[in-house]
Amino acid sequence: MKEVNLDELERKFQEKIDNDIKIEPKDWMPDDYRQTLIRQISQHAHSEIVGMLPEGNWITRAPNLRRKAVLLAKVQDEAGHGLYLYSAVETLGADREDTIDDLHSGKAKYSSIFNYPTLTWADMGAVGWLVDGAAIMNQVPLCRCSYGPYARAMVRVCKEESFHQRQGFEIMTKLAAGTPEQKAMAQDALNRFWWPSLMMFGPNDAESKHTQQSMDWKIKRHTNDELRQMFVDATVPQAELIGLTIPDPDLKFNEETGHYEFGEINWDEFWEVVKGNGPCNKDRVDARRKAKEDGEWVREAATAYAAKRKMRKAS
Amino acid sequence: MSNKEWPLWEVFIRSKQGLSHKHAGSLRAADEEMAIENARDVYTRRSEGISIWVVESKHVVASDPSDADSLYEPANTKIYRHPTFYDVPDGIEHM
Repeated sequence: MKEVNLDELERKFQEKIDNDIKIEPKDWMPDDYRQTLIRQISQHAHSEIVGMLPEGNWITRAPNLRRKAVLLAKVQDEAGHGLYLYSAVETLGADREDTIDDLHSGKAKYSSIFNYPTLTWADMGAVGWLVDGAAIMNQVPLCRCSYGPYARAMVRVCKEESFHQRQGFEIMTKLAAGTPEQKAMAQDALNRFWWPSLMMFGPNDAESKHTQQSMDWKIKRHTNDELRQMFVDATVPQAELIGLTIPDPDLKFNEETGHYEFGEINWDEFWEVVKGNGPCNKDRVDARRKAKEDGEWVREAATAYAAKRKMRKAS
Repeated sequence: MSNKEWPLWEVFIRSKQGLSHKHAGSLRAADEEMAIENARDVYTRRSEGISIWVVESKHVVASDPSDADSLYEPANTKIYRHPTFYDVPDGIEHM
């Protein structure tokens, strides 16, 4: 056993981070850094997996075969993204099944946006355009995150996500240019998903307890408020272009700063949903739990089949 | 269920003929056949590969990052192994 000095290890670790040298699984890292990543990456994985539910809801009711094939491919991508991320969590020494059990017991969180229902087909447009749009804002800087496996997973995810947002915007564009009923449906979806999408970036910087440490470790590259502002600036002109109205009477463009100013977010609603009191929290976790329980026999059969094949090969 | 977890596999993908297999990530599968099928679904949904290798992670032997200094130091001191170490007179174009 080599003689190691904890302060010296920490100093070398931070030096690597400061010089933009990635941290890889077998490198020494402070325990807090490891725990922060396990928490963040597993919750990110859960968000991808739970995120399949509101969209899966519409696969069988897509208006035509093209839309159905696209939605199916998108939902399959989300499953893949969840798997990349669970693999990244495992490189930190966490047990994949334990993290999933934490989701099912309510101990681990996932993105609150998925606790809102998808009531109409237009919601598939709003989710792709706004929810995936906000997710991309968050995920692009994560491609430069200091932890190698997380950064690499994010590169794959971002490449795949870009079609997700486009297909959503395409749905909204078509509906907004359709009959008055279709346009109203698109506007209604925007009305319901706008504010929850802004909440996806998390609490204001002043309230965000993890931000500073995560920035020092270069897990995060921008604060919540910076990312939220980038999202608003990018999205408002898109809504205008297709003739939809952002449901915020306080929204206005500030010529001096070059940014949009927007109204106060309803943080009470945000915290209620985080605490588990959103419209669909219970349904989402129940659905995940049921999927695991109902799939038990499949996993057992696969394990038994693998054992049988191994025996046959040996004999 | 947790202790009955399927083994972890490392996935390597050859993106096109003529290139070597490159590490793509890892996944869980009951056996090698399922590992290949899962690797196809997880890592090649957009024609990223034409050949897949899977290796059970427990069979990978890796160097220890804390040995990096002593392992790679000898190479650092032998700069004469690089062509840039040598003087080439003016007038020689290709060498």
